[in-house]
Amino acid sequence: MISMYWYLLVAAALFSIGFYGAMARKNAIAILMGIELMLNAVNLNLITFWRYVKPSNPAGQIFAVFVLTVAAAEAAVGLAIVIAIYRTRDTVNVEDLNLLKG
Amino acid sequence: MFQLAWLVPIFPLLAFALVVLWANPNKKLSHSLVIGGVAISWVLSWWIAIASFLKGSALAEEPYHLMVNWIPIGENNVIKMGVAVDPVTAVMLFMVSFVLLMIFIYSVGYMNYGTPEVDPRYSRFFAYISLFGAGMLGLVVADNLIMLFIFWEIMGLCSYLLIGFWFEKKYPDPKRITPKQAGLKAFLTTRIGDVIMYSGMMLLFARTRSLTFSDIFTEHNLKMLASTTVTLPILGTVPWATVIAMLIFGGAVGKSAQFPLHVWLPDAMEGPTPVSALIHAATMVSAGVYLIIRMYPLFHSAQVFAGAGQQLWLVASIGAFTALFAASIAVAQDDIKRVLAYSTISQLGYMFAALGIGAYVAAVFHLIIHAFFKSLLFLGSGSVIHGMEHGHHHALHAHGEHGHEEFFDANDMMNMGGLKDKMPITFWTFLMGTLALAGVFPWAGFFSKDEILGDAFAHGHWWVYGTLALAAFLTAFYMGREIFLTFFGDPRTEAAQHAPESPKSMTWPLIGLAFFATLGGFAGFPGHSWIGGFIGANAERIGLEIEHLPVNIALLALSLTIALLGLFVAWLIYGRKPLRAGQVDPLTAMGPVYTVLKNKYYVDEFYQIVIIRPTVWLSKFLYGFDDRWFIDPIVDGVGAFGRWLADGLRRFFDEPIVDGAVNGTAWLSVRFGGVLRVIQTGEVQNYLLVIGLTILMLLGFYLYL
Repeated sequence: MISMYWYLLVAAALFSIGFYGAMARKNAIAILMGIELMLNAVNLNLITFWRYVKPSNPAGQIFAVFVLTVAAAEAAVGLAIVIAIYRTRDTVNVEDLNLLKG
Repeated sequence: MFQLAWLVPIFPLLAFALVVLWANPNKKLSHSLVIGGVAISWVLSWWIAIASFLKGSALAEEPYHLMVNWIPIGENNVIKMGVAVDPVTAVMLFMVSFVLLMIFIYSVGYMNYGTPEVDPRYSRFFAYISLFGAGMLGLVVADNLIMLFIFWEIMGLCSYLLIGFWFEKKYPDPKRITPKQAGLKAFLTTRIGDVIMYSGMMLLFARTRSLTFSDIFTEHNLKMLASTTVTLPILGTVPWATVIAMLIFGGAVGKSAQFPLHVWLPDAMEGPTPVSALIHAATMVSAGVYLIIRMYPLFHSAQVFAGAGQQLWLVASIGAFTALFAASIAVAQDDIKRVLAYSTISQLGYMFAALGIGAYVAAVFHLIIHAFFKSLLFLGSGSVIHGMEHGHHHALHAHGEHGHEEFFDANDMMNMGGLKDKMPITFWTFLMGTLALAGVFPWAGFFSKDEILGDAFAHGHWWVYGTLALAAFLTAFYMGREIFLTFFGDPRTEAAQHAPESPKSMTWPLIGLAFFATLGGFAGFPGHSWIGGFIGANAERIGLEIEHLPVNIALLALSLTIALLGLFVAWLIYGRKPLRAGQVDPLTAMGPVYTVLKNKYYVDEFYQIVIIRPTVWLSKFLYGFDDRWFIDPIVDGVGAFGRWLADGLRRFFDEPIVDGAVNGTAWLSVRFGGVLRVIQTGEVQNYLLVIGLTILMLLGFYLYL
């Protein structure tokens, strides 16, 4: 088998890309996509550690399924919020959503 | 029956309250309540009086007495309120209640009830006279000086209210006193007397620790008062009894209008005639005499225990002097009521003289009889005035004139004449009253006046006798003059020509009073005097010896002669050839004497210059001192200083320092906040960036430190 670290590297790379996307993109939907990427990177990390450390323990798989579920739910809610914002503000550009500016 | 004695003043008092608070708009109800109240008191009073008369001299020994505790003083002393009925009270109740009832009934007619000229303040008049009646009745049954003083003052108040009843009346002649001024004059003059009396009362209380008559007049107390002395600047060493007696006599001088406090009574004639009858004939002025009668043991004590009699001498002198003084003034007066007013002052002088010489029974007797015939005379004069005013209206309307073009004095006898045919009932009752006052046998005044004269003669008080006899002559003369001018001859003005007889509500009381004025004297028939026995028993109880003097026929004849002589002289001047219209009074032939008498010896003018002007000046000066130049400016100055100080503090301390600190703190917070506000951009991605950097930092610390 190949070394665990290659999988972790991919996961880290994915996470970084996702983090950069969440921070640097203007479109709200693109930020959500970045958040999805981060979540999936975390998932990959989890599966890697499960397969290479203790494959008999089902906890790893269960945890990954949890994360997937939460990611899905959260994406749905996030999109709903974006739609609501679009309906009231007529924009999905997060730079325009600065009502909390002090 | 005597248990109800305390109710006697309550009914008129209740009537007063009801009229004032409730019945005022309804004239009929008002006068019904008031007359009803006094009628109940009259029934009660006569019941008590007749019960007393039947009890006879036994009442003198054991007078009825009822007391309740009222105000506690100190530890073991208490002021009591109560009523007492002794022979003097009984006869006073008999007289006062009857006279009050007669006058109240008379007032219905006098104030023009049921006609268009009805007085607009009719109900209020009745309320006032009801309060007045309550005052007098209460005074008569009082058993202690405080209660007496309270009712005394109630009467003083009512005299002010009633004399000034027509307070809006003004006269074209500015010298003539208006009712408003007369009311004030009466109240203030009697007030002077009241203050003097009150000081006497307080001194008495200080010495004897009580003001109830039965407590003061114990032998122990009287002896103590007569023997303990006090040294005063002018009078020297005098017994307390004398000092207190003279002070209390001061109150009587004020209330009973003796010289020098007599000035209010003639001017009090400005009030409605029923008021004059009430106050100045029957009740209020008699209150002064009644006071001395009640306090007689005190007056007598100094003579009995210490052999000194200054207070009695003072009483007799002032009384006799006033009797002659007032009688002389009455001779020259033209106003029908003023003649009677001076007559009242004069007759009160008789009563005081009687008390001064020790004729206790005579004074009481004359007081009662005088009340009857004087109120009769006043009501009669009111009837005349009432008729004259109606005649005046009639004359004006007959001539088609509107309103009153010139002021017409309905009281002026020079405007009257020939009224005996126009007003017969008034004339005959007035004649009864005149004969009673002049002292003609068998009218009542003969007996009562003669008892005083007889007493003076028998005890050798020559000066008193002479003064009073001369006054009696003048009395008969001025009353004759009054009757001839008013009722005889031809009417001197149109008003007199058209004067109608008064309504029944006015003439019946005249008849009622005339009855007593004529026959009342027989209660004191010399030799078989019922009143001598009844009141005499009271006198004996208080330690005064009553000698039953032998009947001196010569003296009686002399008194009768004096009276008839006075009337005869009046007839000579006024009756034989009655005055015609425009004719001047024949007495003006006396020249300056007449002028002095007509101007009342200029006493009023004297008081004005000597007393009133300085007092007014002093008031103005004190006003200036207090409100303009001194006190108020100081107070205002203190205020201004306070304001100046506050202003300075505000400008130099409050605003810069205190406010500055507070404002500065706020400014600092704002600046600080402004600086920190920059972080809040409202953009989520900035927040995410910060989170990320922070996690990196923490990771760094955790892994490598």
